[in-house]
Amino acid sequence: MMASLAELGRFVLGRLGRLGRATLFLLQLLRALSFLFGRPGLLVKQLHAVGVLSLPIILVSGLFVGMVLGLQGYANLVDFGATSSLGTVVALSLIRELGPVLTALLYAGRAGSALTAEIGLMRATEQLASMQMMAVDPFPRVLAPRFLAGCIAVPLLTGIFTAVGILGGYLVAVVQLGVDGGSFWAQMQAKVQLFADVGNGVIIKSVVFGLVANWIALFEGYQAQPTSEGVSLATTRTVVDTSLAVLGLDFLLTALMFGEW
Amino acid sequence: MKQKNLELAVGLLVALGLAAFFILAFKVSDLTSLGDDKGYRVTAHFENIGGLKARAPVTLGGVRIGRVVGIGLDPQSYEAVVTMSIDPKYNRLPADSSASILTSGLLGEQYVGLEPGGMDSTLRNGSTIKLTQSALVLEKLIGRVFTNMASGESTPPKTP
Repeated sequence: MMASLAELGRFVLGRLGRLGRATLFLLQLLRALSFLFGRPGLLVKQLHAVGVLSLPIILVSGLFVGMVLGLQGYANLVDFGATSSLGTVVALSLIRELGPVLTALLYAGRAGSALTAEIGLMRATEQLASMQMMAVDPFPRVLAPRFLAGCIAVPLLTGIFTAVGILGGYLVAVVQLGVDGGSFWAQMQAKVQLFADVGNGVIIKSVVFGLVANWIALFEGYQAQPTSEGVSLATTRTVVDTSLAVLGLDFLLTALMFGEW
Repeated sequence: MKQKNLELAVGLLVALGLAAFFILAFKVSDLTSLGDDKGYRVTAHFENIGGLKARAPVTLGGVRIGRVVGIGLDPQSYEAVVTMSIDPKYNRLPADSSASILTSGLLGEQYVGLEPGGMDSTLRNGSTIKLTQSALVLEKLIGRVFTNMASGESTPPKTP
């Protein structure tokens, strides 16, 4: 009985300590960001790694998610003769939920895990320690460029995902199923609001998700046990924790933004 | 050379991302209709507005001529006050035009339909539409049908 209580206490204290370390880590990251004004080359390299190389998966997934939405929406709406509002259905579900969330999940799998593995291996092979021995702070040179690049890449990728998804919905609905193209766009434009939907959904959500995804990825890599097992564990944890955090935060943000409807 | 290619690829990513946001702003959500609140304001009192919402269209003969900008309640008469913004292009509407709340389709959204009158004087900023017809509330209609049925039949039909 006492042993299990002690176990519980240890667990809670361990988690709290981890949260505290993560917060301090984030503050150190944010403080190191100013270094990047003098060294934009570092940022470009990381933007290529996390952003450009994620483009194929984002484009393909966005297209298919939009196509599936068009197909399923059509199958449901055709019973009510309301296929002209298919554009609204596709656009609103992509803009408010699917675009930001799926992009963040894909990003965690494609780029977040790679970030964790990279930083974890740097730690395991004592590259970070040797930098510190040369009195070089790894935060501005190694961690901050990756963090900022990720935070820039996720909103851009979310916008691309959403736009391509709507295009996919258009292809299925208008080109394949024969929904009227004019009403597809007109109904969409009538119902989608720039600030309430695009601003809240795509922009605010994706910025929050990008921050969280990169924070978790870098922190897990930085905290990884410097062994091959430790790095693999940290990579797994990055994907699991980011997915859970994104899904939980999405519910919270949706309740805040769209709650009163 | 390698750095050049990297910069090119990143530039492509940023350009694609910005293009996506432009598409979302101009093609998907109608940014162009945001700034058109230059119309003149006309108010109308309704007994019941049903499910009318702000931003709902105001039409005349099926043509959209403005939108609902505000919905309030008159504290004296307990009537709903609907404020509409009408496009200044249509500034020759007769002052005795009537307004009714209609539904597009069976389950569609509700909108305000104007019916032109015959007076020479015109509606202007701040004027009120006197002749109004409330929204058709489906529950009341069904209730009326049922009371008619009940009063028409002396005994309710027995189920075997």
